[in-house]
Amino acid sequence: MVDGVQVEETALPGIGVRQDLVTTSGRRVGVVSYRTGRRELVLYDTEDPDAGSEVIPLTDGEADALAEVLGAPRVVERLATLQEQAAGLVTEQVPITPGSPYDGRPLGDTRARTRTGASIVAVLREGGVMASPGPSFEFTAGDTVVVVGTRDGAAGVAEILARG
Amino acid sequence: MHPATLLIELGGIILVLGILGRLARRIGLSPIPLYLLAGLAFGEGGLLPLATSEEFISVGAEIGVVLLLLLLGLEYSASELVGNLRAQAPAGVVDLVLNAAPGAAAALLLGWGPVAALALAGVTWVSSSGVTAKVLTELGRLGNRETPAILSLLVVEDLAMAVYLPILTAFLVSAGLLSGTTHLLVALAAVSVVLVVALRYGRLLSRLVSTPDTEVLVLGVLGLALLVAGLAQQLEVSAAVGAFLVGIALSGPVAENAVTALSPLRDLFAAVFFVFFGLSTDPGAILPVLPIGLALAVVTMATKIITGYYAARRAGVGRRGRYRAGAALVARGEFSIVIAGLAVGAGVEPGLAPLATTYVLLTVIAGPIAARVVEPAARRLSRPPTAVILQKFNSGR
Repeated sequence: MVDGVQVEETALPGIGVRQDLVTTSGRRVGVVSYRTGRRELVLYDTEDPDAGSEVIPLTDGEADALAEVLGAPRVVERLATLQEQAAGLVTEQVPITPGSPYDGRPLGDTRARTRTGASIVAVLREGGVMASPGPSFEFTAGDTVVVVGTRDGAAGVAEILARG
Repeated sequence: MHPATLLIELGGIILVLGILGRLARRIGLSPIPLYLLAGLAFGEGGLLPLATSEEFISVGAEIGVVLLLLLLGLEYSASELVGNLRAQAPAGVVDLVLNAAPGAAAALLLGWGPVAALALAGVTWVSSSGVTAKVLTELGRLGNRETPAILSLLVVEDLAMAVYLPILTAFLVSAGLLSGTTHLLVALAAVSVVLVVALRYGRLLSRLVSTPDTEVLVLGVLGLALLVAGLAQQLEVSAAVGAFLVGIALSGPVAENAVTALSPLRDLFAAVFFVFFGLSTDPGAILPVLPIGLALAVVTMATKIITGYYAARRAGVGRRGRYRAGAALVARGEFSIVIAGLAVGAGVEPGLAPLATTYVLLTVIAGPIAARVVEPAARRLSRPPTAVILQKFNSGR
């Protein structure tokens, strides 16, 4: 159970296990995991909620990718709220715009922590998340930089990334 | 016996089975009916009677039964069986009463006597887990909410076989009621002991057989299954049950690896088993029993749909899902042939073999079709006629 979402788990004797949940919008979504390791994503019919109207087989890689796409930003978000609650720190998500002076330059060049005291804790890129990027990490336009620090510090990093 | 002729015949048969299997796959059918038909064609009075390979096929058929049941047992762990039995026991009872009764009644009406009635009751009772699982997979229904109810019912049937087969064997081998009862008590005691051992010491047994080497695993598990099956037969408990119990006792990674390693072997010998059953059936005897077979098939397909409907309703599934559950269970297959094979082998009523063949052929062909059409048909029937007309009108525009 995550945040009050109830995942129902049912054994499929001889085959594997099915997990499903009903979304707030009233749709049922399920995953059938075979003992052989095969996985299927099942979207249930709106008229007949017992029947899967779409069954999508997923390879291991695809399942991992989907889990990452759905899970990663949520993890960062939750991390952020936790920190905010803990120490009065703020978390900002700062975009790297095409005109940014750091488009194509490494993180180290910004000297963000030295100059503002705030830290760059993660970079979101193409639906994925790169946690704790090192000084050699290169920004590209379209990245979203997750900054944690005091309100002024985080604003300072946003200023650096936008104007240098 | 000339070895060259033996190889030529065997090669010919297996090649024909391969072609039939490919054909079955092409038209989306279970290969079981085609294997049975091939057996009919190769048998006495058939198109291509065999000369030398019958002996090998008869031994192969016995190994086929052992492998069929062993792999079925490997699919489940003992705790899974007990859990499903608890959850689906009422549906299991409905299943037994509704589906065994027509078979028993038919045999009694034909004047075949109580032992044949017991056998035919088993033939009409048990659904084909192989065909049902295949249909559910092909129609993408494994995620459906009625599916656990269907699978549980199959598990309960399989477990019930562990009790039914010894009972049947006991009555087949002994004519009198008293000696039959003695046999039965011995058989049931043996089954209970093995089940308890499987529940308690299954893990230990699994560890003993466990090995990373596929070859050693195949030899170990197959050897164990054949040995226990033979001993079970010696005790007149039925070889099939012995193999099934070995399968249940093995669990965890050993069971999974053994399923992968033994599946091709099972496919080969199970095909041989179906051919052998066809061989022992006289094709000329089919026509006279066709009307009875047809009537029995129609009645027990209806009772199976009711059974599935009930089981799915107990699981809280909606009306449409209940019909789907019923229709998915319609096919009878491997178990029915195993049961009929036991009875025919013991010399009970010669009419049983052609009737069972006809019956299984009909239901196994109708099964996958029923799974597709029953639910839409039921939905159409239950809707008021005006709604149907309106829908036709709308779709026509």
